[in-house]
Amino acid sequence: MYEFLQQLLNGLSLGAIYALIAIGYTMVYGILRFINFAHSDVFMAGAFIGLNVARYTHPGTFLGGFIVLGSAMLGCALLGMTIERLAYRPLRGAPTLNVLITAIGVSLFLEYSGQKFFGAAPRRFPAIFPVREFTFGGAITISSNQLAVIGVTFLLMVALQLVVFRTKIGTAMRAVSLNPRAAQLVGINNDVVISFTFGLGSALAAAGGILYALNYPSIDPLMGVMPGLKAFVAAVLGGIGSIPGAALGGLILGVVETFVAGSPWSTGKDAIAFGILIVILLFRPAGLLGKSGVEKV
Amino acid sequence: MLQVDDLHVSYGAIKALGGVSLRVKAGAIVTLIGGNGAGKTTTLRTISGLLRATGGAIRFLDQDIGALPAHRIVARGLCHVPEGRLIFSNLTVEENLAMGAYLQNDSAEIARTRDYVFSIFPRLKERFRQTAGTLSGGEQQMLAIGRALMGKPRFLMLDEPSLGIAPRLIGTIFEKIVEINRDHGITILLVEQNANLALEVSSYAYVLETGRVAMEGPSSELRANPQLKATYLGG
Repeated sequence: MYEFLQQLLNGLSLGAIYALIAIGYTMVYGILRFINFAHSDVFMAGAFIGLNVARYTHPGTFLGGFIVLGSAMLGCALLGMTIERLAYRPLRGAPTLNVLITAIGVSLFLEYSGQKFFGAAPRRFPAIFPVREFTFGGAITISSNQLAVIGVTFLLMVALQLVVFRTKIGTAMRAVSLNPRAAQLVGINNDVVISFTFGLGSALAAAGGILYALNYPSIDPLMGVMPGLKAFVAAVLGGIGSIPGAALGGLILGVVETFVAGSPWSTGKDAIAFGILIVILLFRPAGLLGKSGVEKV
Repeated sequence: MLQVDDLHVSYGAIKALGGVSLRVKAGAIVTLIGGNGAGKTTTLRTISGLLRATGGAIRFLDQDIGALPAHRIVARGLCHVPEGRLIFSNLTVEENLAMGAYLQNDSAEIARTRDYVFSIFPRLKERFRQTAGTLSGGEQQMLAIGRALMGKPRFLMLDEPSLGIAPRLIGTIFEKIVEINRDHGITILLVEQNANLALEVSSYAYVLETGRVAMEGPSSELRANPQLKATYLGG
């Protein structure tokens, strides 16, 4: 029983990170109807921005930790908006396949630029927040880093919900994703909304990158590949285009993966995500919370 | 107020408009009638910036708007209620109206405009918190017009407001269109399949045929025109 709860806790904290990344995939898909494969590398960039900012802050303090987190989110928001401006905006109106291939190109560009500038060798990520371990009932252990993951993710989800449902720009995001032409006709500048969406999604991915690096403190320029793919699966599992779906998909995937990792079939822990992808595409292609409809890609 | 000269538009190799010219004076209701594929919707879409002309000029309030993106044209007070309404179906009525006021910043003024919209279409007030997709066709048309009014337009282009609406509601919608024009001096360019109705509410009309203006004149004269009667007005 204790082991079950322990694994559930571990799974939720991993799942929260998947959820943060998956939301970026799903928001961009909701508006532009393509998968931004470079998103997983924005996640990586978040961790590296954090690593470099952490040199100038006091390690192991709340203030220092939040400065690192905030600057990574801000830096990645700018990075995401720049990627959209330079790579995707010129392709507006082009076939989705062209944009998709461009996204893969941007992804490779970021990965190998990362190797050029930061080196391919893994780097150790510092403990930017105070580290403590809490033990419950003598058997369940939770580290402050895991708590940070769950707490920060929860706060960001609430903030995102407020932005999307309570602000003008959030309503405009939903309007553009429902009907870009009608949005123009009420005076919405779609480019501004799209840019904002990339900024928002990238900031969440950066938060994911920092939280991931806290719990798995070895980072390298290709660190985004696997979590990125899994977050993509999470977004599809929840229903691509649906923000609550992405959050739910991320949590489910994190928990399932952690349980598999703790079972006799632990070597299959990476395979399980893709197994889920195949099953969901076969039996419920619209995802758990998505609406069904035929989409030509 | 609006001046369109020799407008040419093509969809790829297919020519949709071959030199349409029209004038709309401030305060008027002008209508554009014609059969399917005559180019009525294309004309409106080009004026509102959704399509780019391959030739010709569009001037609004004495300024060239032919090269502006759609959202900048709305900002100048020219608002287009598109065919099929294009309301935001997953958003509530409230949110749809709020999006209509996207470019407005004075919240007191927005509230006043909303009260005005409710006074024209009380049904929208009853449906305030409802998702727009659950409204009936007529209510959706009211919402589309209401949403456009939220942007405080000086010039309103309406594309087929009677399409897909219960017959008993068509009369109401047209009464409201006349009311909006009369009480607020909002100039209206109306595209309509129902030529009888369109000629009744308008003061001037253009008849489009295969991308050209085939006939134009005061609506009362066109209504009496025997040729037009035979083609569009059902004898």
